[in-house]
Amino acid sequence: MPGVVTGRIVSNIVHFARLLRAAGVPAGPDRVLAAVDALELVGFDRGDDVHAALATVMLAGREQQAVFDAIFDAFWRDPDLFHRLTFVLPSAPNGQSDTAQPGARSRRAEQAMFPQASRAQMKLRRRIEAELSFSGQERLQRADFEGMSAREFELASRLAESLALPLRPLRTRRLAPASAGRIDLRRTLRRMARAPDTIALPRSAPRRVPPPLVILIDISGSMDRYARVFLHFAYGLTQHCRRVHTLVFGTRLTNVTRCLRDRDPDSAMARTDALVQDWRGGTRIGSSIAAFNRLWARRLLAGNAALLLITDGLERDEASLLACEAERLARFARQFVWLNPLLRFDGFSPRAAGVRALLPHVGRMLPMHNLASLADLAQSLRSVTSHSGDCFRLRQNPGYPG
Amino acid sequence: VSDPADVDQTLAMLAREDYLAGRALATSVFLALKLRRPLLLEGEAGVGKTELAKVIARALGTSLIRLQCYEGLDIASAAYEWNVARQMLEIRIAEARGQASREQLLADLYSREMLIERPLLQALTQPRAPVLLIDELDRADEPFEAFLLEILSEWQLSVPELGTIRATHPPIVILTSNRTREIHDALKRRCLYAWVDYPDAERELEIVRRKAGGADDRLTRQIVAFVQRVRRLELFKAPGVAETIDWANALLALDTRVLDPRSVSDTLGVLLKYQEDIARLEDEAGTIFDEMRTSGTLECQVS
Repeated sequence: MPGVVTGRIVSNIVHFARLLRAAGVPAGPDRVLAAVDALELVGFDRGDDVHAALATVMLAGREQQAVFDAIFDAFWRDPDLFHRLTFVLPSAPNGQSDTAQPGARSRRAEQAMFPQASRAQMKLRRRIEAELSFSGQERLQRADFEGMSAREFELASRLAESLALPLRPLRTRRLAPASAGRIDLRRTLRRMARAPDTIALPRSAPRRVPPPLVILIDISGSMDRYARVFLHFAYGLTQHCRRVHTLVFGTRLTNVTRCLRDRDPDSAMARTDALVQDWRGGTRIGSSIAAFNRLWARRLLAGNAALLLITDGLERDEASLLACEAERLARFARQFVWLNPLLRFDGFSPRAAGVRALLPHVGRMLPMHNLASLADLAQSLRSVTSHSGDCFRLRQNPGYPG
Repeated sequence: VSDPADVDQTLAMLAREDYLAGRALATSVFLALKLRRPLLLEGEAGVGKTELAKVIARALGTSLIRLQCYEGLDIASAAYEWNVARQMLEIRIAEARGQASREQLLADLYSREMLIERPLLQALTQPRAPVLLIDELDRADEPFEAFLLEILSEWQLSVPELGTIRATHPPIVILTSNRTREIHDALKRRCLYAWVDYPDAERELEIVRRKAGGADDRLTRQIVAFVQRVRRLELFKAPGVAETIDWANALLALDTRVLDPRSVSDTLGVLLKYQEDIARLEDEAGTIFDEMRTSGTLECQVS
């Protein structure tokens, strides 16, 4: 069906893509071109075909589907209204974020942008915003992070680059040049071709890489004074290493990896703050770990990932649930390290039921005392890892196949 | 066999090979064939992602080249490898003959004949466009994804010693991922994307009828109704279509005529692969049967 996609439809596609971008779906010009091609092929006879065709060329992941569907439905009901809307919707700052900035637009700003907007328009707009942005009403408690200070930021970066974490490296099947190991025949022959009179036997050995890392941070009331330190720590690691995922839990589990990938530390902390709804609440370690096991473990702990659990082990749920879920978690994780910031007292003994339930299943427990800042954390980690062979720097240059 | 001309023909083409796709998935396949772009399929394990690639190859009457990904997959096993043993032999022969020219020898050593083709290179050198299935891409590591970029966007492969090898007929590429990790954006951008979901009851019924022929209609209905209900439980790993088919075949092999708690508990290991899930379902099986009885799916059990 060549030629069915004419000027007006093309401009509609462009506006549609702009809306998607405003909602954080990175649908660039290449996708727009592909969409035009796709609609040429599929035609406009059936709405569901148009929907499927646009989704096929414009989406890059399951998580974008809901936003896409919402925009698509509203757009097809009244493209003209959307035509006007695209001019007032701010575009996403970098096209990277998956969701619009939380709480960035106030009601007053909205009225300023829509001086004469009809009630229906406002309602629609609000519905879109509600679906695109984080919910503002459901927020239970906020952390009140004042962001990172310049010094903390620098320290977090330095830590992530230089700190040796108590994790065993992974031995991959991919080979890299080495001084000892198997003879690399391809390189041997190439070298002989260059210098036929000499015989050198270059060798190669399996490459060792840092394992993917999953960090689970307890942010309940009893952990209040450490949450900030550990989040900064996680931020530093996320910025400097590939394959680091962070989830926080108090009474519910939240994946904050995407927030921590934000290049700007203040914005990263603000987004984390806004996304997490149970700061300083109760602790339900057992059910949080259960949720992690069910929803994330198979995705994040594949590829021999290491798990770093940060909690004081003070549990309000049944300890039996925690024991059962911790056992399951230990089976998923290749390495299971528990970082325990002890509650103020120094003479620690595993008396709390939660602690006793966790202990048998972790590979290692690292106790840390008196954590008040990142510097303390660095100090503690260094003293733990200095007399232990099994530690590895997380930062490494990416390798290429061959 | 030519490419389908529209979405309906795509659906029919897949159905002829006993693959019952949803209309959205058929649209994605149709576009991938027409636009000649790689198609990235994501979805839970066992919903038929790999099967789709096989079916497309069969339906188009072309060959299927499969690359199974794993951690540490390297060029030597994915794309090409120099036949070093043969190169050595070539040197010996040249020596024995007293052949002199070094340039000539080098040119012979690094020629196309010395290259052992692995799946990716094979896919570029076929006389007819093949279907290239890159299976479980999420298991490979990121460097391998970066390596794929050149092949998937330019349909060419660079061999340092030899030069660039261009595809004579660009392959139809299907990539699958179980989402154990996210695929990099650069690669996603070059692909069309489709999420493969569990089929609804009606479609699953038709699939089981085709794939596990021999089960009578009532048993098939019971099996599908049961599996659809089980998927709504909060399980570790919900059963995929592949498991439904296996289960139907297992029940047939045991001469089951009617689904009852006993036959379910005897064969649960075919449907569920985690001990926790099996324990969970054994607790809930009674409730599910009660529900099915009241909704009439188990009717005429006594007759």
